[in-house]
Amino acid sequence: MAPGRARIAPPRRHDCERMKLQMDWRDEGALLSARPHGETSAIVEVFTALHGRHAGVVRGGSSRKLAAVLQPGTQVAVEWHARLEDHIGSFRVEPLRARTNAASDRRSLFALGSACALLAFSLPEREPQPPLYAATQYLLDALGQDQGWPGLYLLWELGLLETLGFGLDLSACAVSGATDDLVHVSPKSGRAVSRASAGIWADKLLPLPPCLRGTPPGSTAELLEGLQTTGHFLERRLAPAMGNRPLPAARRRFVEVLAREAARE
Amino acid sequence: MTQGSPEIERLIELMARLPGLGPRSARRAVLQLIRKRGALLVPLAEAMQAVAATAQECVNCGNIGTDSLCGICGNAARATGELCIVEDVADLWAMERAHVFKGRYHVLGGTLSALDSVGPEELRIPRLVERIREESISEVILALNATIDGLTTAHYIAEQIEPLGIRVTSLAQGVPIGGELDYLDEGTITAALRARRAL
Repeated sequence: MAPGRARIAPPRRHDCERMKLQMDWRDEGALLSARPHGETSAIVEVFTALHGRHAGVVRGGSSRKLAAVLQPGTQVAVEWHARLEDHIGSFRVEPLRARTNAASDRRSLFALGSACALLAFSLPEREPQPPLYAATQYLLDALGQDQGWPGLYLLWELGLLETLGFGLDLSACAVSGATDDLVHVSPKSGRAVSRASAGIWADKLLPLPPCLRGTPPGSTAELLEGLQTTGHFLERRLAPAMGNRPLPAARRRFVEVLAREAARE
Repeated sequence: MTQGSPEIERLIELMARLPGLGPRSARRAVLQLIRKRGALLVPLAEAMQAVAATAQECVNCGNIGTDSLCGICGNAARATGELCIVEDVADLWAMERAHVFKGRYHVLGGTLSALDSVGPEELRIPRLVERIREESISEVILALNATIDGLTTAHYIAEQIEPLGIRVTSLAQGVPIGGELDYLDEGTITAALRARRAL
């Protein structure tokens, strides 16, 4: 070897296999969004089990056959391929199950839109999130079918905040350490505050309804209180971390639908 | 290449931008137009010029016509009290091809989309509420696409016009004419089963 010339080592076999794995994989997940790309293709985002939120081009994604599959919430099997790891790559998509149950009811349809929009808005790309993935699957399957889905949705938002580093600590009072009569959440620390400790600051604190601690919501008004609290942290903590972009309008519309329903109750 | 004729090259370039056409098919189309100059090229150019000068959006419904009020809105016989809401002008034209609906239309110009930040203001929903009041509408038919965005928009509109106390309906969803059950997705079968009716 000539002196001064850098020696370029040939790629080892296991390196090639690792690269091959990264640029050609199969997984499954929930479809978050699909946008038209050119005349016939679509760029889709899928929240996959092992690869997190991942985008790719679907050739023929605007076709009559595939457009029906590429709906938010649909569970799909995907095969991703790219020439280089940082390319957007292309997906081959096969439907596993449509989440049409969510479309049967106005509230669950708006909840589906909100969940998919929040995931597309906030999840880092290509980072697996196994607990959040499992919770999302559970929620999407329950929408419109399981009567307890509104409570699940609320807990799912708490889980989303937790996953992204903005989790709330609702186990004990931030002031006294008490675990009883926790009825408020501090808007600054995200920790629970008991009724006794709240004192004169009670009106400055966020509500902590029982449904935020896992009890099924007794009414739409109670669910709204819980969403008010999670919404505060989504808006004041999560959104600024996402480059100060506003929260997806789909979440606001979901809350509005619930508010109108609560007014009728 | 057309061997140094910029006018023809420009025409090919513009034609290639049309949906369904690429550079090769645009070149073939232009060649055909030139060969049939009298029968095709000149009338086409005249027709395009006329449309370019007169085509405009109907101020009332959003349809495309050559006057400020389209033919449907200007026709008193179409004031049946039924208003059909469609996403796009192409959907309106599809409905008209069926020759079934005799009322008037309202074109939204899209659907609510969280991803693309399309809100009610970007659509023609405020104008829709005005029209319902002004034109004494008795029924609103939501003929939006059966996609998640389409359904979300339909529910949103239904909520907005519920206080007006008029009948709100939507197109049925289910097995298409000529469709075979074996080829339908489970969502369509579920919708069809839910919307079953007595024979």
